[in-house]
Amino acid sequence: MSLLSTQALHVSIGTTKVCRDLELKINSGDRWCVLGRNGSGKTTLLHTLAGLRPPESGTIIAGNRALHKLPRKSAAQQIGLLFQDHADAFPASVLETVLTGRHPWLGPLQWESSQDLCLAKSALQAVGLGEMESRMVNTLSGGERRRVGIACLLTQDPQLLLLDEPTNHLDIHHQVRMLELLKQQVSNSRKALLLVIHDINLAVRYCNRFLLLFGEGESLQGNADAVLSRDNLERLYQHPLQAIQGPQATYWLPQ
Amino acid sequence: MRPVILFTLLLLLTVASLLLSLTSGTIAITWQELLAVISGTHSGNELTGQVLMELRWPRTLAAFTSGALLALAGGLMQVLLRNPLADPYVLGISGGAATGALLAMLSGLGSVWLHGSAFGGALLSMLLVFGLSHGAGSWTTSRLLLTGIVIAAGWGAVIGLLLAISPEQGLRGMLFWLMGDLSNAPMPLGSLPVLLFGLLAAVAIGRSLNILAHGEQTAGALGISVKPLRSFIYLLASLLTATAVTLAGSVGFVGLVVPHMLRLLGMRDHRLLLPAASLLGGSLLVCADTLARTLLAPRQLPVGILTALIGVPVFLILLHHSRSLHGEER
Repeated sequence: MSLLSTQALHVSIGTTKVCRDLELKINSGDRWCVLGRNGSGKTTLLHTLAGLRPPESGTIIAGNRALHKLPRKSAAQQIGLLFQDHADAFPASVLETVLTGRHPWLGPLQWESSQDLCLAKSALQAVGLGEMESRMVNTLSGGERRRVGIACLLTQDPQLLLLDEPTNHLDIHHQVRMLELLKQQVSNSRKALLLVIHDINLAVRYCNRFLLLFGEGESLQGNADAVLSRDNLERLYQHPLQAIQGPQATYWLPQ
Repeated sequence: MRPVILFTLLLLLTVASLLLSLTSGTIAITWQELLAVISGTHSGNELTGQVLMELRWPRTLAAFTSGALLALAGGLMQVLLRNPLADPYVLGISGGAATGALLAMLSGLGSVWLHGSAFGGALLSMLLVFGLSHGAGSWTTSRLLLTGIVIAAGWGAVIGLLLAISPEQGLRGMLFWLMGDLSNAPMPLGSLPVLLFGLLAAVAIGRSLNILAHGEQTAGALGISVKPLRSFIYLLASLLTATAVTLAGSVGFVGLVVPHMLRLLGMRDHRLLLPAASLLGGSLLVCADTLARTLLAPRQLPVGILTALIGVPVFLILLHHSRSLHGEER
């Protein structure tokens, strides 16, 4: 059974058609990558799949129930979303911010237990911020704040992780480290992820399924061999590309 | 500061401020007399007992209740609008209440009418903002804020008009009311339950408030149904503000500054912050009212002036010494 599937999904925002008749099946172990130009609606699609906005038509099935009929809380237990940026209106420490990930798992009047605290701390260790738990989030660098967001998602512990440009603000070491960590999470505990990223080469290295959004609702999906051809990518970005054969994979460079 | 220590200090402050308020005034009452009256063994001067039970106790309690209500409402509004500059009055509640109160004064009605009319004005304003900000589009934070601010400005004009056309002898009472005045405050029998309900509700949604502070989308992704929560916070904060304003007039400053004082002391979890804010706001208003009654006795000052006079330096000192806004935790 797939973690999330869509049937005849139409998504649009304003006058932009994001996808038409999209049939997506996300199974555990899948690492999906969504590629598309700026403004093609990748973020909108992610928010729709998380149940934060209704699709124009079609259904999204999470587990075995329609997503829009699922209470928000159970939806958040199954699907987690890392946003493109973070808003912190009031002071909060790193640990407090990461602990918010436990919200879907706690009763209305329940306080975070020592077990929740353990989860949050080990998530912080995993993203390399174990020493920073008492720092205020507004004093962190962009990359550190990004890793706090990823730690929060790990603490939420959903089956399906949706990530909107997870490598934003990260240096190359942390880009690789975070994607490696996410890949591990997926393979160790039968999860799945779907991420939006602009670096084709990182995507090829860490993802095994691809969804290309061409605009006007047209989309293409499949594994790397099937969809990542020069024709498709050049049409996708409307920019000439050069393919370089490396030892393990083909690398794409813009001309 | 650790929450346990902070709460202990706040409780001590609350008790101290209540005792201070009960013992000081034009008729000085000693601690022994106070204890005797409370325990029912007071046998001496009848007047002492009367002053204590009929004048000071209701007024002290009213001051505490309205201060606590305002601080609680301020903390809620700041999260709702995700704006540290928000206070309980930012969305026009006090303007509606003031218009109601001034109309009652202008038509020479008694104090029961005054309170009823102020509360009615506050409720009207609250429903007006709520309804208009829903409008045709979606209910966004900035839409709510703009609607509230514009309606507050509208009330401001109406208040100005009422002041301009009212006869000379009524002006003083009106000005006092507008600055916040507890001299006509009744025993807060209706307001205390509202405060208790507000406190319980605020603690119950506290964890959601912590998350809402990180943005509505984040809250949605973490399983919070944002729309109902937002409406609930708005209605709760408005009800608390309306109750406070009805009791004491538009006392300024408490609702804006008290939550920030606690944040500067390192209290950030709203499940603790909001009860703490109630204690601090209540004590602050009790102290301010004690000063308002005694500073130029037998003349009384509007308590709103004193809240600002005490609050401004305390807040600035805290802000100056705090690193928690822009650095390591204290």
